[in-house]
Amino acid sequence: MQKIIEASGISKKFGDTRALMDISFEVSEGEIFGFIGPDGAGKTTLFRIITTLLLPDEGKMRIMGHDVVTGFIELRKNIGYMPGRFSLYQDLSVEENLNFYATVFGTTVKENYDLISDIYSHIEPFKKRLAGRLSGGMKQKLALSCALIHKPALLVLDEPTTGVDAVSRAEFWEMLKKLKQYNITIIVSTPYMDEAMRCDKVALIQNGQLLSIDQPQKLRQGFTGKLFSIKASEKYRLINALREYPETVTAYAFGDSVHVTFKEDKCDKTICEYLDNKGITNVMINETEAGIEDRFLELMKKV
Amino acid sequence: MSGIPVITVKDLVKRFGKFVANDHLSFEVYEGEIFGFLGANGAGKTTALRILSGLSSPTSGEVIVAGYKAKKDPEKIKKNIGYMCQKFSLYEDLSTRENIMLFGGIYGMSKDLIKKRTEDLLEKLNFLEYSDRMISDLPLGLKQKLAFSVAIFHEPKIVFLDEPTGGVDPITRRQFWEMIYETADRGITVFVTTHYMDEAEYCDRISIMSEGRIVALDTPEELKKQYDAGTVEDVFVKIARPPNPPKGLPA
Repeated sequence: MQKIIEASGISKKFGDTRALMDISFEVSEGEIFGFIGPDGAGKTTLFRIITTLLLPDEGKMRIMGHDVVTGFIELRKNIGYMPGRFSLYQDLSVEENLNFYATVFGTTVKENYDLISDIYSHIEPFKKRLAGRLSGGMKQKLALSCALIHKPALLVLDEPTTGVDAVSRAEFWEMLKKLKQYNITIIVSTPYMDEAMRCDKVALIQNGQLLSIDQPQKLRQGFTGKLFSIKASEKYRLINALREYPETVTAYAFGDSVHVTFKEDKCDKTICEYLDNKGITNVMINETEAGIEDRFLELMKKV
Repeated sequence: MSGIPVITVKDLVKRFGKFVANDHLSFEVYEGEIFGFLGANGAGKTTALRILSGLSSPTSGEVIVAGYKAKKDPEKIKKNIGYMCQKFSLYEDLSTRENIMLFGGIYGMSKDLIKKRTEDLLEKLNFLEYSDRMISDLPLGLKQKLAFSVAIFHEPKIVFLDEPTGGVDPITRRQFWEMIYETADRGITVFVTTHYMDEAEYCDRISIMSEGRIVALDTPEELKKQYDAGTVEDVFVKIARPPNPPKGLPA
């Protein structure tokens, strides 16, 4: 498949802060490529370089054959960018914003309406309303419509789902999936690990470094060793007890249970006896499959 | 958990013009409980949270927080609760130590007590090396831990946390929850909102709001049984939003 982005050795400093260190990756045409990592990992800096808004200190990045430093004029016509902060014109109406973006990119809303109809139809009843007076979910849909209206080959979305509830997040990802039929390549960042599974490929990023790049399924399988899920009635005491247990390597809270790894993957009767002695009741131990977050935690420890 | 209520809400209604943001809410929260307050964006969580923390007055209904009525004594409520929201309540251009002392002063603690507890806190957080650094120089995870510690510095009966873990890495997020557990263990009630559904599982009880009402309230275990769901996220998706939002309402 054709490569849309080829980045090698990208670094960026702000004063003494090394925001990005030797970042290399490739994105193929039509892929949904996710950058997953916490605030301050370097996601936004990287996205600003991809969108030609910031120059890298070192390294090369080519997008659709154009260099991000020298070919920015050509590139900007073909990239749609939805920044993390709502950045449409608050004192223009929904409709005016959309028309404005279409005009700036030398097209019309009519010409590419197909592409956005699914998304825009949700907010079309409010097209006369000022953008500044929309609810959070509607702002998000308008911003996505504006980023798409010139039919970009590459769509860059910086944390589109941060602060959004679980139901709306799921809806947003459904919208992205539908865009695949138009062969638009999508780069998206998120702090929510569970969203990784919705990407074709995922890069885990932390402190300006890429920890791993792979298909989400393979990333999970990269987890080394055996993982056990332990449940009990007393959650807080269970975590503390497991931390003190000499055979424990890691113990992290995961939903209603604790995910634990043991030295030499050994999980036998002794652990049950140990927890019983600590007065912990209703203990249930199962071997479990590692998720993306388990793998991320494992990789974080190694850095 | 003791079973002694520290928050009692009966028939709470809050209207903005014609819009009913909170529609007859009734619930209790107990001493030392971790209570998760969930709902879709726009369900009315923030409105309720503002009333519970004395920042806004109910249109009707009874709200008692830490022994005081929200309508009559909002100032006394404010003194007896802690509050931390996603946007930091810390002053970026003051040092760690200055921030702690400032909050102690605002809550009317004595100078000696502030001094002693400040040192205790810095040591407990392993923050001694950061004590004279500006808040703006601190990594996000440390800021969050500090913001939480400052919110409970005056030993309130209840602490309200509004999406406290947004954007932090998975290890910090877990360390933060261990601070929450420890706080509840000491008898301080923790009232928390979050969009991370796995965090909802860490709560003793959770309520789910939809369109201004509480549509579910129980332990995570019970709710999963009741709605035949594997996770709280599944429960949430099933009930947090009506299947077809009526036309003409904001999405």
